[in-house]
Amino acid sequence: MTTATISEVVPPVPAPATAPQPGELTKDTYKGKIHPDWCPGCGDFSVLSALQTALFELGLKPHQVAVISGIGCSSNLPGFINTYGMHTLHGRGIAVGTGLKLANHDLKVICTGGDGDGYGIGGNHFLHIMRRNVDLTYIVMDNQIYGLTTGQVSPTSVKGMKTKTTPHGSVENPINPIPLAMVGGATYIARAFSGKQKHMVEIIKGAIQHKGFSLVDVFSPCVTYNKDNTYQWFNPRVKILEEQGHDPTDFHKAMDKGYMWGDEIPIGLFWKRTDLPTLEDLEPVLHEGGPLAYRKLGIPEDQAKALIAELM
Amino acid sequence: MATVDFAIGIGGEAGQGIATPGDILARIFARRGLHLNAYNAYQSIIRGGHTFLTIRASDQPVTNMGDKLDVLIPLNQDTMNRHLKLLRGGACVIYDGDKLKPGEHAAGVQLCPMPMKQLCGTSKLGGNTVAIAATLQMIGIEFEPLEQVLTRQFKKKGDAVIAENVNMARAGYEYATTNFKAFPVKAPRGAKPLGIVTGNQATALGGAAAGVKFYAAYPMSPSTGVLMWMAAHARQLGIMVRQVEDEIGVMNMVIGAAHAGCRAMCATSGGGFALMSEAIGMSGMIETPIVCVDVQRAGPATGVPTKTEQGDLWQILGAGQGDYPRIIVAPTSQVDLFKIIPELFNLVDKYQCPGLVLADLLISEGTSSVDPAELDLNVKIDRGEIIFPNGTSGNGETPNPFGGYNDNAYLRYKNTESGISPRAVPGTPGHIHIAATDEHDEDGTLISDEFTNPAKRRMMVEKRARKMQTVLSQIAPPKLYGPENAQVTLVGWGSTEGVIRESIAKLAGDEGIVANHLQIKWIVPFHADEIARILGRSKRVIIVENNYSGQFARYLRSETGFKAHGHIRKYDGEPFMPHHIVDAVKEQITGRAEVSVPEHEILV
Repeated sequence: MTTATISEVVPPVPAPATAPQPGELTKDTYKGKIHPDWCPGCGDFSVLSALQTALFELGLKPHQVAVISGIGCSSNLPGFINTYGMHTLHGRGIAVGTGLKLANHDLKVICTGGDGDGYGIGGNHFLHIMRRNVDLTYIVMDNQIYGLTTGQVSPTSVKGMKTKTTPHGSVENPINPIPLAMVGGATYIARAFSGKQKHMVEIIKGAIQHKGFSLVDVFSPCVTYNKDNTYQWFNPRVKILEEQGHDPTDFHKAMDKGYMWGDEIPIGLFWKRTDLPTLEDLEPVLHEGGPLAYRKLGIPEDQAKALIAELM
Repeated sequence: MATVDFAIGIGGEAGQGIATPGDILARIFARRGLHLNAYNAYQSIIRGGHTFLTIRASDQPVTNMGDKLDVLIPLNQDTMNRHLKLLRGGACVIYDGDKLKPGEHAAGVQLCPMPMKQLCGTSKLGGNTVAIAATLQMIGIEFEPLEQVLTRQFKKKGDAVIAENVNMARAGYEYATTNFKAFPVKAPRGAKPLGIVTGNQATALGGAAAGVKFYAAYPMSPSTGVLMWMAAHARQLGIMVRQVEDEIGVMNMVIGAAHAGCRAMCATSGGGFALMSEAIGMSGMIETPIVCVDVQRAGPATGVPTKTEQGDLWQILGAGQGDYPRIIVAPTSQVDLFKIIPELFNLVDKYQCPGLVLADLLISEGTSSVDPAELDLNVKIDRGEIIFPNGTSGNGETPNPFGGYNDNAYLRYKNTESGISPRAVPGTPGHIHIAATDEHDEDGTLISDEFTNPAKRRMMVEKRARKMQTVLSQIAPPKLYGPENAQVTLVGWGSTEGVIRESIAKLAGDEGIVANHLQIKWIVPFHADEIARILGRSKRVIIVENNYSGQFARYLRSETGFKAHGHIRKYDGEPFMPHHIVDAVKEQITGRAEVSVPEHEILV
């Protein structure tokens, strides 16, 4: 069963003379009203640009896309891109995104946030969105530090890292999002690096096109508060999986690559499977009638009678 | 006056099958056109403990469990020991004579031992069927309705089970005819068949009628019945129903779905509501309407999960940090729960804010008979100022004049005179905007993304607040019930309406005390002027509520400056019975107390 897309159900409307005419899509189409207020050199600029390029190259119209974030430096992204956007609560972007996607499954939903947002305070939603295989893309700008609160330890800060709240060095093990996502059941798991933007565009395009939950963990250096994991630190270490002949359908190899850290850190598509249905596929309520959000409200008389009969 | 008003209590340990005979009796009474109320006192335990179901029926409307039992059906010795001593003359106890021993009892209580082994053989739960058959015989109800309801009840288990139960029931019915003395008054027939509904079912039905397309929840007693109804009807009605990982996720998903344009709803209890609070603030800030039902139970923390209380008033008044508009309503009955959900959806769609419902275990898990005409599912639906893409339905066919991708003409948070800004849903061409929990400008831009600006902040706070100025005119003010010039005015809120109303009648009848009654349903906004005017004329105002500290009394004082003369409070987990209120009023008008705390005599 196929459902009509928005462009199919919306007839063209003659625009009034004062309103801007719909134009051809250009990369500038995706430019937001506000210039990003990130620190100069922040890795998040590169992620924003890669996402805009990916949307442009996929030909997605801005009103068909919703970019939803939590809270944090990177979560400011929806304000800087010309699509529908939500800037929700700390850690809750993917929960809100799930609700939005299920309510209007014609939309392309892209959730964005940081490592604290997604792997810390929002960790429970992260676990459950993966097993549900909701068809949305989650881009985590992982800078291994809390930036907006001015430099505290994060769930992905490496052991021993000195921050304002770990003055003697962190004694806790970090979360490794790649293996976590693999055992969690995510169906598209990739990592990118802000210093390799062209590569990131391809990774994000693949994620958006993937049917199911896709995670893109991005090394997006915080140039202000993380003096350990800098561009200079990452540059010689990151190795592109696509250039190494990695097979993203090999679960165990993907796990091995996911655990690599140190002199060689893989980026690229670790793991992808296309054999699992999405939550939307499995939910018969969505099979017919288009997006729930657009459906007619109210209960037909025969159904109303049946509901009352249950009480008698 | 009621010609018949009788109550049946069935008790035993969890797992002994209390619910099934309860359902069977309720259905027989309702089909006969009798009104009823059923309240189940139970524990947070799956097997064992003590569960006690009280079904009260009458030819007049019944709103509470009443003060007396006419028939006691103890399924174990513990129940016999707890309840037999509370029976008064004229009542009877029906029990397994092979196993249970009656103890001390009042004069005139009829002991009805039944030879269960002989009547139901080895059937484990057969004694329940036998006992209700005997009960029906003694209150003058024919056997056929029982046979019909048993057939319906055990339909899924096959003909053999139906036949076994019908045979046992017949044996029990005949045994009672021969051996027991029937009640002097026979159960009459009502004007027309009634249905039975729990408050949770009524809540879900109200949501379905309102056009809820997204329902999410995390199981939490006593609200889980709404989730189960929704899950059972999801595919039939086209509702997306999700059980979510926690209540934080629930409220955030609900907001996501509501933002997309669905009517979205959830129900929980106080603990789950606490987890939702931050997100409820988001609903207020991004002006995305949602409806959330808090089915209160005895708190704090885990509290007493299976017991009732009205202890969440201040939690719900203060839910979410910051200062923002919300609408709060405390429904007064099962039918009111059904009606309030669509009404609240219309309000929150119009005013673009969260709508919060304060129910409680008493009405939400409680069962009531209902006239099917009261449950008209064809309700008014008004989505307010919402913009959908042209050509889609959603009951909002607002023309969409904009076309471009970088449209600057549409202001999602336009600073209008009413404070209400037309809301476009994602997917609508030409209305692209961001909805942010950060303070934002009229177009949605976060003010922290430019320069935090006190003038803009003030403008947006006032814009949101201004929406509330007209809500009060949209909702019904409370009405004083009973004679104007009464000695006492009883004030209650939410679920206590029925029991207070009955105690007014008892005060007038048995005690010669003239009392009237003001029940408050809308909490925010609050009809402060109207309420102050009514109470200002009252001679003695006594507030009745199911909590320790007088949460409503404090709220009333904060909104009106009115200080009540007396209080009746109960916080033992059990609901008020009419005589609790009657006795407390007597105590107060004779000057013996200003705060009365009735004792719940039944140990459940």
